[in-house]
Amino acid sequence: MILEARDVTVFYGDVCALAGVSLAVRDGEFVSIIGPNGAGKSTLINVLTGVLHPTSGDVRFNDRDVRGIGPVALARLGMARSFQLVHIFPDLTVLETLQAAVVSRLGRGTRLFASLAGDRQVQAQALEVAELFGLAGQRHAASKHLPQGDKKLLDVASAFALRPEIILLDEPTSGVSTADKTAIMEILVTASRRIGCRAIIQVEHDMDIVFGYSDRIIALHEGKVLADAAPAAIRENRHVVDTVIGRLPDPV
Amino acid sequence: MIGRLVLAAATLALVLLPMVAPLYYVLLMLPFMAYAVVLLGLNLLFGYTGLVSFGHALFIGIGAYAGAFLTTHTPVRSLEVILFAAGVLGAVVAAPVGALCVRYVKIYFGMLTLAFGMLFYTFLLKFYRLTGGDEGMRVLRPSLLGLDLGAMPKTDYLAGPYYYYSLGILVVAALVMWRIVHSPFGLCLKSVRDNPAKAEALGLGVTRYRWHAFVISAVYAAVGGALLGPPTGNVDPTLAYWTQSGNIVFMTLLGGFASFFGPILGAFVFIFLQDTVMSVVPYWRLVFGAILAFIVIWAPGGLMGLFARAGAASSSRA
Repeated sequence: MILEARDVTVFYGDVCALAGVSLAVRDGEFVSIIGPNGAGKSTLINVLTGVLHPTSGDVRFNDRDVRGIGPVALARLGMARSFQLVHIFPDLTVLETLQAAVVSRLGRGTRLFASLAGDRQVQAQALEVAELFGLAGQRHAASKHLPQGDKKLLDVASAFALRPEIILLDEPTSGVSTADKTAIMEILVTASRRIGCRAIIQVEHDMDIVFGYSDRIIALHEGKVLADAAPAAIRENRHVVDTVIGRLPDPV
Repeated sequence: MIGRLVLAAATLALVLLPMVAPLYYVLLMLPFMAYAVVLLGLNLLFGYTGLVSFGHALFIGIGAYAGAFLTTHTPVRSLEVILFAAGVLGAVVAAPVGALCVRYVKIYFGMLTLAFGMLFYTFLLKFYRLTGGDEGMRVLRPSLLGLDLGAMPKTDYLAGPYYYYSLGILVVAALVMWRIVHSPFGLCLKSVRDNPAKAEALGLGVTRYRWHAFVISAVYAAVGGALLGPPTGNVDPTLAYWTQSGNIVFMTLLGGFASFFGPILGAFVFIFLQDTVMSVVPYWRLVFGAILAFIVIWAPGGLMGLFARAGAASSSRA
């Protein structure tokens, strides 16, 4: 068990956003969280990534209590995330962005007088990730000048550059053309294998992506887990299909 | 390539200047070099970390008064000791002040730094037994590299040894800062500036990096401040007044905060422009206000930004 949430409840004042959500992510799994708007997906992500302290319940990462410990501590423990809305460093180049992640992972951020250009380990690892994500050709371009799809890819790539044990992707393909979606997913899966990432959790609306890549799907509805099962079983569950999905993708 | 040639030419010009330029202009270079050191530090916070401080005159004041106190109240005359003490004192004061200020960003950070600056200014005014109040304190002529130059005529001392000493400090300060902004630490500062939430997601502690940048910039401001005292032989509270904090932000904008050398150029232009304008019209602030408005609206990249634009335009034409 890498990541486990038990009976997580979150109240915003009187409003209950999550009502006793439990889930577990095991080694080697690709888990998708689905649900309509307002189902509690964002709240769940914020709880899992240590941003939000749940009102009650447990969140354990590698058997360690991570409730509300914050993104910085969690990243150091080995959990990385990407954002729904693209988060990049506008004025840094692609390579610099990846270098920042590598510097952080290697704990070299306090090296005041060392040369970044002369740090071979940082340079090599950043370049490796750039190549893995097909961004090497634009490595000297400022991030703000990248096309939207590449910005999204860079956001995810920098999370991978942390070599996390688990990675949490908040709508990794939102705002990207349909043709690019599959390409991004293929890169993601390949990269996670190469980097030795033990599990991936994604929040995703595109059912083709969800059913095409997940080992398991967790359906949220009104702050509760409606179903937690393999894609084939979800497909058979009429209740989930009707309330959460609406339309089933064609079988793959 | 062109940049390196310009830099080499500028350094050579600084070295040769006392031999060819009129004394008046040589002496005007002394505050320029002191402010250049201050601005190297301020821009680590402003340009590289994205925090605009309106209270850095506090640290200029600390450095300047450290020199005055040491030369008048203790047997210390060595400028090396004075600069070292100024830097340490700057860091000691900046550590708690910075820890409070960097929890806030944008206007709140600016206002909080301004508040601390005014607090210190009031302290300088009111604790007159220690600080001399509004009259300030004298700064006795410091020895340079162990050489007691007390017998030299004042202008010879300032235009000769003191000029080259200041230049040496500026060069060392610039080299060290160049190293810092091109280090892994420097990259982390830029990440924090560009997108704090993303930086945190990558495991970079935003508050801690801002604090480090704040303390380093204060050390630079204090060392620069200590260099300001000896040329006039006197320090007074106006050095720590908020308009002084505004001036150094203005210099940074004038030269261009996005460039490493921009603020140094800004200090140079500011000092000489102020001198020229003041000699022509009494309302120099009016002129400077107009210049500031022009920069913010039409040339947000400052002079360095204008040069870069002109360079790009001429190369695309060629």
